[in-house]
Amino acid sequence: MGTSLERGIQGFIEQVDRPTASFFESCVRCGMCAHACLFYTETGDPKYTPIYKLEPLRRVWEREYTLFGRIKKWLGLSKPVTEAELKEWEPLVYDSCTLCGRCSLMCPVGNDIVYMVRRAREGMVAAGVAPDGLKQAATRAVKIGSPMGVQLPALKTQIAKAEKETGLAIPFDKEGAEYLMVLSSAEIIEFSEIIPAAARIFHAAGVSWTFSSDAFEATNSGIQIGSSDIATELVSRIVRAAERLKVKYVISPECGHAYTALRWEGPNLIGRPYPFKVIHIVELLDELRAAGRLKTEGMEDEKLTFHDPCQLVRRGGVVEPPRNVLKMVASNFVEMEDPGTLNWCCGGGGGVSSNERADELRLKVFSRKKTQLDQLGVRTLVTACSNCRDMLEDGLEHHRMDIKVVGLTEMVAEHLKQ
Amino acid sequence: MHEPETLGDVLAKRGVSRRGFLKYCATLASLMALPPSVAAQMADKLTRATRQSVIYLSFQECTGCLESLSRTHSPTLEGLLFDLISLDYQETLLAAAGHAAEEARANAMRANSGKFVLMVDGAIPLKDGGVYSTIAGRTNIEILKEAVPHAAAVIAVGTCSSFGGLPHANPNPTGAVSVGTLMEKGLIERKPLINVSGCPPIPVVISGVVAHFLTLGTLPELDGYGRPKVFFGDTIHDRCYRRPFYDQGKFAKTFDDEGARNGWCLYELGCKGPTTYNACATAKWNGGVSFPIESGHGCLGCSEPDFWDAGSFYAPLPAPRAPLSAAAGAAIAVGVAAGAAVGLAGLYKRKKAQQAHTKLTVDDLETEKKP
Amino acid sequence: MTGVELLNWARGPGLQIALVVFIVGVAIRFIEMWLLGKSPDFAEARGSAAAGGWRTLFTRSLPMPGALKRAPLVFLGGYVFHIGFFITFLFYAPHILFLRAVTGFSWPALPAYLIDVIGLVSIAALVAVLVHRLTDPVRRFLSRTGDYVAWAATFLPLLTGYFAYHRLVTDYTTMLALHVLSFELLLVLIPLTKLMHTFTFAVSRWYNGAIAGRKGVKV
Repeated sequence: MGTSLERGIQGFIEQVDRPTASFFESCVRCGMCAHACLFYTETGDPKYTPIYKLEPLRRVWEREYTLFGRIKKWLGLSKPVTEAELKEWEPLVYDSCTLCGRCSLMCPVGNDIVYMVRRAREGMVAAGVAPDGLKQAATRAVKIGSPMGVQLPALKTQIAKAEKETGLAIPFDKEGAEYLMVLSSAEIIEFSEIIPAAARIFHAAGVSWTFSSDAFEATNSGIQIGSSDIATELVSRIVRAAERLKVKYVISPECGHAYTALRWEGPNLIGRPYPFKVIHIVELLDELRAAGRLKTEGMEDEKLTFHDPCQLVRRGGVVEPPRNVLKMVASNFVEMEDPGTLNWCCGGGGGVSSNERADELRLKVFSRKKTQLDQLGVRTLVTACSNCRDMLEDGLEHHRMDIKVVGLTEMVAEHLKQ
Repeated sequence: MHEPETLGDVLAKRGVSRRGFLKYCATLASLMALPPSVAAQMADKLTRATRQSVIYLSFQECTGCLESLSRTHSPTLEGLLFDLISLDYQETLLAAAGHAAEEARANAMRANSGKFVLMVDGAIPLKDGGVYSTIAGRTNIEILKEAVPHAAAVIAVGTCSSFGGLPHANPNPTGAVSVGTLMEKGLIERKPLINVSGCPPIPVVISGVVAHFLTLGTLPELDGYGRPKVFFGDTIHDRCYRRPFYDQGKFAKTFDDEGARNGWCLYELGCKGPTTYNACATAKWNGGVSFPIESGHGCLGCSEPDFWDAGSFYAPLPAPRAPLSAAAGAAIAVGVAAGAAVGLAGLYKRKKAQQAHTKLTVDDLETEKKP
Repeated sequence: MTGVELLNWARGPGLQIALVVFIVGVAIRFIEMWLLGKSPDFAEARGSAAAGGWRTLFTRSLPMPGALKRAPLVFLGGYVFHIGFFITFLFYAPHILFLRAVTGFSWPALPAYLIDVIGLVSIAALVAVLVHRLTDPVRRFLSRTGDYVAWAATFLPLLTGYFAYHRLVTDYTTMLALHVLSFELLLVLIPLTKLMHTFTFAVSRWYNGAIAGRKGVKV
């Protein structure tokens, strides 16, 4: 069937709901959201003002859902949104928005702007107006099983490696396990230390867990490109596997948007509550810590800080657990300026990392993170999202900063009590 | 025709001393914001002046204005008005009646043509050919049409002749208008016109205007409503002795509460002082004894156009002039119905879009990339 | 038309027309928005959506940490003119009499001299906000005609009120009439411009807080 402008406009029409309409009604063009967005603060270009990124959706809302807009449309006083305009907005909706949601905190009238950007992407992608990088990632995710093209054998290789390294058996397709572990492809390829780390922690804490050969990929390119149809297909794989294995929990790995996709969007995508719970690995670590099942020894004594992944913290609600866990193993943990829900994005969330066209802009706006890190003078940066980690390493390298980025789970595993 | 009496002769006959007259002139001068030195000049000039011939026409009126002007027990300042003028025709006061009275008017007009001052009291009905007010079978407008061309100036006495007043009040069944309106519409000849509004007007204002005319030979400076600025330059509110209470936020809430007894501001009880331009608060009434607010009642705004249509005398100035609840109720019904219609249309539109939705697949994304 | 006629019209038919347009317009815009509804959320809640919604409804009146430093004028100007506008509107004795006549409720007034100062400060804040809108790159870029119309509609009642209070420009009656008319213009423009946020901001804040509150985030 393909994509078309008409499909795009229909997509926008499908997405308008009470909050969206209220947000558009309420905007007073005060421009405060610009000051919350690193794409504006680091470039000074007004076109990056978050609310402006929603012009196509706003115009469709006005023309289709408001009496005055309908009258204007009827009188020929308002123009329909064109394909050229969607193309003009594509870089604004995809390249310069990481769905970090900081603007939603700033807005004085209370508009949840990122809620609308997520919805605007539904129309954009239906019109076929989305970055090639994201289209390709989504295609690979659906057809191959992972946006990075990672397949089951690659995971099995890494698991075998981890079993050898830890001397522990890593369960696979174990029905009745309490926890189903899924991973982001970055964790299978680049940051595979997570696998032995998780194995050791779960073994030490006595957690009953398993991988599934049907669903090991946690990321969801459908969410990033903004297609609920594709997102549903991807999330359903995990839901089916979890239901088949009758697990009580699915562990969302160190990946921000995977958490949002699984924890918050998934049930709505499939249209029903899950028969299992979704827990972020850091949440699980914190629960184990609180239950006394996670015992560590030794401390990292060097000064380090924590980068809050937006989807985990501000958009996910996992604010304190990473701090509780980090404090178990780090004696000199310092907060960045604007910590927790106020954090600044790494620049590569919301699909920006899959969009090569956005690389230059993303590295430019990394100056925000650089400023934050320069203020602290740390040499180690801990985070709990492999995409953040990837983007941070890229940004640090680009800005020639000598800072090591570490995954929180890994750091905990290194301090496990033997 | 005998030699016309000068004003000095008249005053002498009436036993008004020069000293008393000087005092009168000084008061007039001060009311009209003229320098005190003018008082002596004024007295001198007035003493030698011939009494101003005045023809006083009464139309749709209640005689309240005339009452106000003529009600004098002793030679008061107001009373002196009648010493300044030679009232050559005034139906109510005239001894003659019927044809004799009509003849007196014609004579006075002929004798003083181009010199007399025409005072008009009452509004003039225009509807149905003006039949709603006639004198000796002639309509007011006919009489006025005849008199105005011979007048040196016209003084509209009272709010009815100045602005239409009570006869003009909604729904104005007789089509009553003011003298000024007639001039504007070209229904009577344009002559210098002074509106001395008020229901009734303050007598001293009229004497002031006449004195001004006699002394300086000109008409006083007028405001946007054709009223002498010297008397109508400030609002009652701005000159009110209760003003400090307004500024302090001390208001009488009823006519019988502590605030009322303490003489607090009557704004909440409907006083129209803030929008009423007149000299009541300074010139006062009854020989300078008092004025309505001093007697405990708010200003009605009687010297302003359309004061009868400005809502209840007892509703505070900011209150809506007409009830809003019916309009508001209807608006709510219409708004809710229209909102529901648009909202349901929106829901239907979204539902249709969702039903027409075909699942987006990655293959769709690929086809887009083909040329 | 004379000042008195204008005032009589403004206090009579003018007010009725303005009120009807205001009510009909606000009802349409609010209901057409409200009826769109929100689909149920099947994700297991971590926190209370309602608690988050109510919380944000109030807390969003305070700036996000760091925001004051980044855009002081927007916040300070915004605070001053909003608060100033509502104080002058709600606590000036004649306004209370108007509101009492319309709603039946009344409350104590603030002294007139205080209202005078607050009104002047609000006027100054609105001028500053306008200058900022015209000169700041972001605000200039975002602004549409309606934003300036809304500004004028907010500004005029304050300005004419100030003029009337001080007997400036023209006679009090005419200025009072213009003041009432400017208020009526504001009423009419609320449903026709972004001034509609007067009502919808509460819905927006509530949803923002509720969406976050459900996830256990305080925003």
